[in-house]
Amino acid sequence: MASIERYVAPRSLEEAAEILCTAGASILAGGTDLMPQTRGGRLQLQPVLMNVRHVAELKGVVDEGGIARIGALVTITELLESALVRQRLNLLWQACDHFASDQIRNVATVGGNLCNASPAGDTLVPLLAMDAQVVLAHKQNGAVHERRVPLTAFFVSPGRTCRARSELLTAVEVPLSPPGFAGEFYKHGSRPALDIAAISIAVGARRDGGVLRDVRIAFGAVAPTPIRAPRAEAALEGRAPGLATLEAAAQAALEEIRPISDIRASDWYRRELVHNMLQRVMGHVCQL
Amino acid sequence: MSANCEIAFTLNDVRRKLTVPAHMSTLEMLRDQLGLTGTKYGCGEGECGACTILVDGTTVNSCLMFAADCDGRELTTIEGVAVSEAGERLRAAFVASGAVQCGFCTPGLMVQASHVIEGHPGADEATIRRGIEGNLCRCTGYRKIIDAIGAAGRTALKGVEHGRS
Repeated sequence: MASIERYVAPRSLEEAAEILCTAGASILAGGTDLMPQTRGGRLQLQPVLMNVRHVAELKGVVDEGGIARIGALVTITELLESALVRQRLNLLWQACDHFASDQIRNVATVGGNLCNASPAGDTLVPLLAMDAQVVLAHKQNGAVHERRVPLTAFFVSPGRTCRARSELLTAVEVPLSPPGFAGEFYKHGSRPALDIAAISIAVGARRDGGVLRDVRIAFGAVAPTPIRAPRAEAALEGRAPGLATLEAAAQAALEEIRPISDIRASDWYRRELVHNMLQRVMGHVCQL
Repeated sequence: MSANCEIAFTLNDVRRKLTVPAHMSTLEMLRDQLGLTGTKYGCGEGECGACTILVDGTTVNSCLMFAADCDGRELTTIEGVAVSEAGERLRAAFVASGAVQCGFCTPGLMVQASHVIEGHPGADEATIRRGIEGNLCRCTGYRKIIDAIGAAGRTALKGVEHGRS
């Protein structure tokens, strides 16, 4: 294990951003990924370990005029306890309900889950489906600047994002679901708790007269990053829900995924799961 | 060698000041530096729950927590839970139900169970099962553990009702 030359616990965003400008730093929030990854040799610690848990700007869930701003330090337990998340971002709430165990939900943060960028990350799939974007802050010429990146562009490859080393993920912004929007999150694993998804699916839509609108479909663990499935969405958007339309959407989804075989499932099994489970969960959303 | 960190925190109601290496886990600090060996090292990866402790009133896997992050916080380990009223109720219920086999998972389960009961006095079986999903018992004595936690929870609930009347 690499040695840590300096441990810092900044109290403000500005202080944290300053540290990121000057030194290679590993960012510590909940620690539930950082600790096992560095111990297991899968991740090299930087010379500076920066604990961001005291940075007030990274906390809290607020409704900012139809967009929920979720601070990077918000824990999975806090998301589960948030009335705003439960009522208006229910797809995310469901994923949090499937997340690890109580002990891990109590400390793991949404910012950490995003930056860890696992293709199977539980909160990533619903956030992608709900058109979330991340806020990245960095310091330049004495001031803190922010940029926003849609999640569709944030994930680059397994464990990698487009966040620069000088940037800190401060929040994720999620448009609140429109009235009548129904969503369902599905995670396939060998046990309900503490399992990493073999595949996960987040779907949602609203019924407008006889047809589906605002169709959202995202998958986890079937590509190098979590993905949206725009062709599967297009197969349903503006159409009346029915068995044939769902089958067409499932066929379109199979064109969009690139699963691998690993310890959790084979490529073939992941394809079968996507084909069958997408129709089942979308069927629930459409009340078929 | 890692940098050292000066930290101050409350451990089982006692104020402590300590110097810890930056890479050290809270579990290592408790067991190796402070000699509190009630908290167990099982998997070291947050899968088994044997190292469960309370931090600021909520349960965490101490193997996943950096010791430096204990600064300014309030920690309760099994040694602290054991001498609490809730701990005594749980211990009596674990003994009465025969919920201890090899005993390795017991400290973590007692800490997690105390947290579940505190949040849900009189918790039903589904709540208990959900609450201890992060604790593995490799003797697989879950039935008796769930019974014990249920019994301790009902006793706690009676205490609450008694206190109200």
